[in-house]
Amino acid sequence: MLHFSRFKIAFVAFVCFMGLLATLPNFLSQETLKSWPSFLPHKQLSLGLDLKGGAHLLLQMDSSELRKDWLKSLRGDVRKQLRDARIRYTGLGQTKQLVRVKLVDPSKMDEALRRLRTTIPQPLGGPFGAGTDYDAEVQEGPGDTIEVVPTNAGMQQRISGAITSAIEVIRRRVDNIGTAEPSIVRQGNDRILVQYPGLDDTTRLKELIGKTARLTFHDVHPTMTGQEAEQTRVPLGFVVYPDAEDPNYTHVLREIPLIYGEDLVDANPGFDQNTNEPIISFRFNQKAAVEFGRFTSQNVGRPFAIVLDNGIKDDGSADVVVLSAPVIREPILGGSGQISGNFSVQSANDLAVQIRSGALPATLTVVEERTVGPSLGADSIEAGEYAAIVGGIGVAAFMIFAYGLFGIFALLAVLVNLILIIGTMSMIGSTLTLPGIAGLILTVGMAVDANVLIYERIREEMRNGKQPISAIDSGFSRAFGTIIDSNLTTLIAAIVMFWLGSGPIRGFAVTLSLGIFATIFTAFLVTRLMVALWVARQKTRKIPAPL
Amino acid sequence: MFKGVDFWPHDKIFPIMQVRRSFVIASIVVFCLAVGLLATRGLNFGIDFKGGSLFEIQSKSGPVDIGELRAKLGGLGLGSVQIQQLDDPTDALIRFEQQKPKEGESSEKAQQNAAAKVQDALGDDIEIRRTEVVGPAVSGELAWAGVTAVMFAMVGILLYIWFRFEWQFAIAAIVALVHDITITLGVFSILRLDFGLSEVAALLTLAGYSINDTVVVFDRIRENLRRYKKMPLDQLMNLSINETLSRTVLTSGTTLLAVLSIYVFGTEVIKGFAFAMLFGILIGTWSSIFVASPFLLWIGVKRDWSGIAKSDKATAAARP
Repeated sequence: MLHFSRFKIAFVAFVCFMGLLATLPNFLSQETLKSWPSFLPHKQLSLGLDLKGGAHLLLQMDSSELRKDWLKSLRGDVRKQLRDARIRYTGLGQTKQLVRVKLVDPSKMDEALRRLRTTIPQPLGGPFGAGTDYDAEVQEGPGDTIEVVPTNAGMQQRISGAITSAIEVIRRRVDNIGTAEPSIVRQGNDRILVQYPGLDDTTRLKELIGKTARLTFHDVHPTMTGQEAEQTRVPLGFVVYPDAEDPNYTHVLREIPLIYGEDLVDANPGFDQNTNEPIISFRFNQKAAVEFGRFTSQNVGRPFAIVLDNGIKDDGSADVVVLSAPVIREPILGGSGQISGNFSVQSANDLAVQIRSGALPATLTVVEERTVGPSLGADSIEAGEYAAIVGGIGVAAFMIFAYGLFGIFALLAVLVNLILIIGTMSMIGSTLTLPGIAGLILTVGMAVDANVLIYERIREEMRNGKQPISAIDSGFSRAFGTIIDSNLTTLIAAIVMFWLGSGPIRGFAVTLSLGIFATIFTAFLVTRLMVALWVARQKTRKIPAPL
Repeated sequence: MFKGVDFWPHDKIFPIMQVRRSFVIASIVVFCLAVGLLATRGLNFGIDFKGGSLFEIQSKSGPVDIGELRAKLGGLGLGSVQIQQLDDPTDALIRFEQQKPKEGESSEKAQQNAAAKVQDALGDDIEIRRTEVVGPAVSGELAWAGVTAVMFAMVGILLYIWFRFEWQFAIAAIVALVHDITITLGVFSILRLDFGLSEVAALLTLAGYSINDTVVVFDRIRENLRRYKKMPLDQLMNLSINETLSRTVLTSGTTLLAVLSIYVFGTEVIKGFAFAMLFGILIGTWSSIFVASPFLLWIGVKRDWSGIAKSDKATAAARP
């Protein structure tokens, strides 16, 4: 066990050197790093939010809202298909789960079913998907009705797609807050995790990402007022929305918008030149500008409405308001305009950001929020440093007291161990969290254990009458199995933690696992190499008892 | 050259297995107490598992006035609000439970609104250093993830030891592990300490540590089983425990030192974790000596290890 080939010595030295190189950037300033040759590692250990301060928000998408929107568009599809096929129907409506339509002539049932089955359900995985599964099912319902039911897989696909686009929207919105680089990632099927370093007041962040902000432009019913519509009946194809300034006043608007928010290319907050009120000025894209020009030319003297759909309110009702319903004084041909809607400077600014960034597909609810102020983070780092120093000195004193020179070997091995862990963590870009620091300190304890096992074994072999060299030899080889077994069992716990844990626990698991590998490496190569070199340096064949 | 001080009385063999009965009884009594406590009093789950909100605050002007704080927050109608003074007189923790949603409101929203109310009520003199708001959906998942994590870890460890040793060793190790985890949980219950996600991480680490300790002893038992084929089992186990005792004590000592420094210097966030580890190391050391081996003796082990020894040698020879 005490013989080291040159190749092996070179290997150990190489690994230690690489570890050192990878650890080094953490102790250098950014300026020094810039002048560093490009072939050397540059990456510094990134600190977790619990250490540097910041906000952690877990958002969940409201799938019922998504389903409602989907059913609404399915309803439109059914209407169009039946109309194109000249199949007469009554009572086309949607429940929470499905769209149902009743045929006037039951003998057309087969034809209607065939028509809808070939047009409505889309194969999963997009139009080019190879699968045989569809996102919706068309089935015969009770009493000459046809039901269109979204499948679970179809719903999952919707949610998944909505999350992907929501992540993009959030990224664009959040970029307006500050300079830090937030991480926005999908978590599970219907959740998004937003981590924003350095931010400890989440009010504005939540304000910006909590609203769907779907802007639409609608034609207003020519004669009917909101009051009349409520007293009689809302005409087919029209909807009633409340006014933003006065919730008691309502507007009757055509349900299908003239122009969608997606067709706005720019939106900026500003002030009205006459009233000095905060407004939002916007520009349409080419297509929408033409459309809007045509509409306003034909409808001079009549109002149109700008509607803001913000998903659902706290109490579960729809949060849709008419921001403004200006009367068209002259055709608007330039493709730009302004919205005045009782804004504050802040709300005009936020809404402009939201319009620019696009609408969220559905409302996002905050299901978990954690923030750490920068001062607390700094305190944590300081506390971690204290703990490491005091714990380190304590362990070092203990080891030198118990094992003398070999204790120093063990401490050097532990140092290499720490360098390897920190170096690897810097290289793979993992983050150091507070539990991670605890993991590091615990690793020191475990790494010491490996050496204790070896040294106690050497002492035992010598008590049993072996000569120092053979005692050292069998001490290492006998302790090997024990160290492997005991470390691998801990590794199992660490892997489970990584697999099932989230955030900070994962950080802990990463450090612990790396620590276990580093411990096995250092105990079996670094400590042993130092001991072997010590033995080789002894001039006499009969070396003194080392322990 | 300084060889270090070997302070352990190696020539003294402690008759641990002879007096094992009293230790085992002590362990059983404490274990039953812990189970009873957990069944009746339960754990003081933190907001990770129960849902709710937590604020760590710091007063900008001198020590924080808990009475005033209580008066401020009591009127918000948030149910029971716990306010706890921290070590530093300017610091305090505010905690309140999962809010009941109003008509039509989602429980997540209710929680967010309550947290916003508290933030407003605290005013400018108080800096909010840390907030945690966990809604019911997530807390349920986190609790489930915690339970499955501990379960899977145990199964993994069981399989590994079974594979490396024999099934009797695996069962004995798991018994010791269940003993450690249950008693640690019992201590959390009796002291009403907050039990959250990081405490689960501590439990898993303690599981790893305790198993580590147990495996070292078992390893020696296995070795001695090959060496002393005729020695009575209790004597053989006693010998194995004694041979590894100096290592057990030394390692526990160094690890304890490391964890103790985390406990002493750590911030509020890590204290619970460090406490669980601190206690876990003590109980883990105890169980590897006084629980695992007596249990192994009780269920018995296979005595003929010659075949396995041979195959082990074969693999050792195959190793370069």
